[in-house]
Formats: sequence, structure tokens, C-alpha cells
Amino acid sequence: MKVGDERSQVVVSDLKRTQIAMYAGASGDFNPLHTDEPFATRVAGNPTVMSHGMLVMGMVGQVLTDWVGTARVRRYRARFQAPTWPGDTISVTARVEEITDVGGERHATVSVEATSKDGAVTVLSGSATVVVP
Amino acid sequence: MSTFPIEEGHVRAFARALGAAPDGGVPLTFPIAYAHFDPDWPLVMRPGQPWHGSGAEPGVKKGGGGLHAEQEFEYFRPLRVGETLTVHKRPGRTWTKEGRSGALDFTERHTDFLDAEGELVARSTTVTVVKR
Repeated sequence: MKVGDERSQVVVSDLKRTQIAMYAGASGDFNPLHTDEPFATRVAGNPTVMSHGMLVMGMVGQVLTDWVGTARVRRYRARFQAPTWPGDTISVTARVEEITDVGGERHATVSVEATSKDGAVTVLSGSATVVVP
Repeated sequence: MSTFPIEEGHVRAFARALGAAPDGGVPLTFPIAYAHFDPDWPLVMRPGQPWHGSGAEPGVKKGGGGLHAEQEFEYFRPLRVGETLTVHKRPGRTWTKEGRSGALDFTERHTDFLDAEGELVARSTTVTVVKR
């Protein structure tokens, strides 16, 4: 692993409402904004149900663990930049920005960015600290 | 203080919802699923209390809570299926930013997950934002 190394991956194609429902059940976030179409449209005024930001953060996290393994990830931070919706295809780019020595270990700072709408909308940006394999 | 058992079925259901392999280990964001065990978490149905959303009618808006703006996890070792973690919640920083359409109030909350030996396993930091 070296500075500039990059991974790009589509983490979901055509996000389904039932995947959002699965995430609601597993995470314990049953806010009707996420699964209840009449509530989401007529009460909240949204175009449809909105995915949990944490669902996107979870899918992006899989790119990191597929790359270095769970045990090497020391920190993972994300900022939720824009909502994601059913039908969205979400692409993730992870890139090694910096490698530093920390107490005898080599730590890489990996930036992550997730986009929808063919890259036009950044839905999540963040970073992780991983122990260099 | 409360506890968070790391149960195999729960981990599988969570991994599956991410599109991950159900036996691929505990996902990085799994500590957020402590919501199922958090006595204060508002977004689950509680016995004897009305739940909200659409039924015969589309439902009514509920305020409060704010938007989830940022989330961080720190990991001191991986979570292990079968262990039960002890959970301590504490408030973090608060700050205000001037947004394009007025002031935004940010609130940070920390959740520490400790193992049976009292060692810190993971820390979750949640930042929520409310438009003033």
C-alpha cells in the first residue's frame, strides 16, 4: 500500500426500497422517513423514502474492509453530504492520501467518497485510518 | 450504562442489509446497531406507546433529533461475535456555524463500548445538526 493507491467500486446498483427496510430492521432506526412512502412524501415532503446515511456509510465501509480487513481499520469517519434514494447507484472511491509512522506501526489515511447520479452528486465523504498491510 | 450483546444473527442481518457476506465478520458500522439495546433511542416502537408513520392517514410530523451530519468510529480491536459490551454514553462538543439560511447548531455525542475486562473496544461519535 502506497500513497495514491486507489480502489473504486459500485457498492449498490439501483438501490431497492426493501434494502432500506432491511437496514432499518438491522440497525434499529425505524424512522418512517426511511420506509414509509405516504409519510415520506405527504408529511415530510420528500420525493420518496430516503435511505439511511448510515446504510451508505456501512456500504462504503465494506470497500475498506474488502481492501485491508476489519482488524486493520482503526478509525472511520464520514460526513453525510446529500440524501440517497431508491434507484440510486452508488460508486465509491477510496484513496491512500498519506502514510505515517505511529509508534512502530505504519498508518495510512484513506479518503473515501461516495457518489450517486453518475458521479454528479457526492453523497458521503470521509476518511479512515488503517494499519498498512 | 447498558449492555450490547454482539449476537451472530444480528450481525448477519446487518451485514446482509449492507450487501455484504453474512459471514464476513462484524461490519465497521455495526456499533450503531446498539440502537436496539439503547433505552433512550427514540426511533423504535416501545410497549404501550403509540408508534408513528402512515396508517389510515399519512401521519404527523415529529420534531427534534436533528439531522445526522457526521459519524465516526474508533476501533481499539475488532468486535467479537458472542461477547457482550458495556456501553457508556457521554456528551461531546457543541458548536454553531453560520449557514446560507441561518445558524446551524451542531451537537456531538460519544458512545464508548467496553469489554468484560473494562478495556475500550470501540468508540462511536455522532454529530447531529439542527437549524436554529
